[in-house]
Amino acid sequence: MAKLKIAKYWADCCGGCDVSLLDIDAKILDVAKIADIVFWPIAVDAKYKDLEEMKDKSIDLGFFNGSIHTSEHEHIAQIMREKSKILVAYGSCACSGGIPSLANFTDKESIFEWVYHQGPSNDNPRGAEPGTRAKVPEGVLSLPMLYDKVKRLDEVVEVDYYLPGCPPYYKRVAEVIDVVASGKLPPKGSVVGAKDKALCEECPRERKEKKIKEFVRPQFAKDDGKTCLLEQGIVCMGPATRGGCEARCIRANMPCRGCYGALPEAIDQGAGALSAVASIIDSNDPVVIEKVVNQIVDPAGTFYRFGLPIQRVRS
Amino acid sequence: MGKRYTIDPITRLEGHGKIEIFTDDDGNVLNAYFQVPQLRGFETFCQGRAVEELPRIVTRLCGVCPEAHHLCSAKAVDAVYGVEPPSSAKKLRELMYMAHFVHSHIAHFYALAAADFVVGPHAPVAERNILGVVAKVGLKIGGEVITQRSNAQKVQEIIGGKATHPVCALPGGMSRAITEEERAQIEKWGISAVEFGEFGLELFNDVVLKNKDYVEVIKSDAYSLNCHNMGLVDENNKVNFYDGKVRVVDTKGKELYKYAPKDYLDYVAEHTEQFSYLKFPFLKKIGWKGIVDGQESSVYWATPLSRLNAADGMATPKAQKAYEIFYKALGGKPVKATLATHWARLIELLYSAERWLELARDPEITSTELRADLTGKIPHEGMGILEAPRGTLTHHYLTDEKGMVQKVNLIVGTTNNNAPISLSIKKAAQGLIKKGTKVSEGVLNMVEMAFRAYDPCLSCASHSIPGRAPLVINIRDKNGEILETIKSE
Repeated sequence: MAKLKIAKYWADCCGGCDVSLLDIDAKILDVAKIADIVFWPIAVDAKYKDLEEMKDKSIDLGFFNGSIHTSEHEHIAQIMREKSKILVAYGSCACSGGIPSLANFTDKESIFEWVYHQGPSNDNPRGAEPGTRAKVPEGVLSLPMLYDKVKRLDEVVEVDYYLPGCPPYYKRVAEVIDVVASGKLPPKGSVVGAKDKALCEECPRERKEKKIKEFVRPQFAKDDGKTCLLEQGIVCMGPATRGGCEARCIRANMPCRGCYGALPEAIDQGAGALSAVASIIDSNDPVVIEKVVNQIVDPAGTFYRFGLPIQRVRS
Repeated sequence: MGKRYTIDPITRLEGHGKIEIFTDDDGNVLNAYFQVPQLRGFETFCQGRAVEELPRIVTRLCGVCPEAHHLCSAKAVDAVYGVEPPSSAKKLRELMYMAHFVHSHIAHFYALAAADFVVGPHAPVAERNILGVVAKVGLKIGGEVITQRSNAQKVQEIIGGKATHPVCALPGGMSRAITEEERAQIEKWGISAVEFGEFGLELFNDVVLKNKDYVEVIKSDAYSLNCHNMGLVDENNKVNFYDGKVRVVDTKGKELYKYAPKDYLDYVAEHTEQFSYLKFPFLKKIGWKGIVDGQESSVYWATPLSRLNAADGMATPKAQKAYEIFYKALGGKPVKATLATHWARLIELLYSAERWLELARDPEITSTELRADLTGKIPHEGMGILEAPRGTLTHHYLTDEKGMVQKVNLIVGTTNNNAPISLSIKKAAQGLIKKGTKVSEGVLNMVEMAFRAYDPCLSCASHSIPGRAPLVINIRDKNGEILETIKSE
């Protein structure tokens, strides 16, 4: 069998998805046996031009990390789509926008204003700002355009599979590689490397169906180390989030923030989380419930931590 | 007509970058530009968040050094609440961080830098990668590299929940204690990490320092830069990564400043250029003098080399010995050879491993007293500084009285080095590309080596990557038309 051709690209991302592939440790040697990596900026020296010169559909498997925040990200997403037989949205940013999509709470103008002018360490008497075309004495330099909003990958190209997580847990990555090697791929559009059930199913903490009277922020909580965090009044995204990560944050005594994304039947992860937190409040009185829910600070930034752009229905 | 060389994207580094080189009519390099083609806006979108969530949000600035951002943010939120974590919590944070440095420095040296030295700067492209390194040093060592990096990741996972991205630090402390069983495992891995750290320096000595040609390249002017030096030091002016004061030593080795995190705005400012989204930090008291080096310039570097230059020594015995050998071999302080940054990184790797072992054996390390009492504390403003693997990292937060974030300012490791990287690329290009030079792939690799010294890249991945894709450079005229394409073999 001919070796598979694999490509991996990062757009607006942190590199953690690349590390997650390294963290499969010695198994990476198995990947090298079945595949050649033809494009992966963090590790090999292929340039954009080499990618552009590849034949359409000549890449067997394209992994795309990161969300779309510049004209360059969108351009490379389109090329990766053209060149790849299978395109995988790898990690929370490509799947649902991820933490970079918190930028959708603001806009490009506000980001520029703070970063280049108002921020306290700026010394910018000329009021300079980066531009898509900059004249320097030797010629003209260009930069990609920064978009006003951050998009998930499937807002700009068709995506075949979704591998969520921030980053995807290396054990799930290894399993997905085994599936690829076996050739037994699930139907297109599937979420891979994650469970269809809520994170609570794999959480080690004890649930007592206890109701709460107030919410408490993690730094003020007296966590007993055993009981469900929500039942101790600590906001946890577990009930509204897919499992697959083995609840590693919760095992470190910190609440889930939802990086594995919305449950299969839910379109809106934040709405799911809101109904979960409302249902645990010890009252049937809507006024009391509203009062207690209002104790949650920054609900938007908590319930939509990893996916502000996905709240529109995925077509 | 002058020529223009474009490298896009530059590869085998963490993040996005682009290089443009301009020559005059004769083919001598006029100037070179290092451009960063994106801006992510973290400082703006962290506004409105709850401050205790920032350590878990800012990790996504970098998936290669998330522990640096997590812990720098934790120090800033401690300061926002005006609390000091218990000493046991600080030690646990530092233990996780030492394992992080071991992981990061292993990845950078063995997978990325080693090829240029162990295999050689002019070796055929197909061999000049981690596989070539393994072929030269043997499979046994290659396997050991994977094992040691993996152990370091596992220590971070035990303490932090996840190695990428950790979740354990809260305002005033840590979320979870380690058990005695976990401690014993961390200690065991620490012993072998120290041995591996010593091995790295022996390897560098045998392969690089015993080779006259390499030593000549390291000491050459094309790879030297005359910058001021920044680094965090402890109360004895020894290198420290987690805590202390920032010390700045000038190009002649004299202390210019030593400041606490809360005073950073008196010492550092940032300049903006139109051609890059990345700002250019400089020493504020000197003032912006442009992208130039020298004693009169305000450009400083913040790298493993500058950290050694800015300190009086290392706080652990084996690393201290290595530090003394380093300066004896390179003619005293400060060292200005950019490529010596790799050697400095290996000394830091040994220090991190030794410190990891010290902390794993500290009687307090399994303590469950991990949180400061926040009762009655009114959050307001806080700064945190630590050394990220690639340079000094500063986080500065301002909140309302409920701890909701109003302002965030960040000066990130690589950002410090924006001007030095630009200068190093220009100097290497000027030294190597001259009238009549055939710009071969080997020459281009020598230019790339200039920025690689700064780069904490993750290429330990490349140990599994067969071959290496070709490097392409387009030579364009001033109107952007392609005149010639050079492709490596």
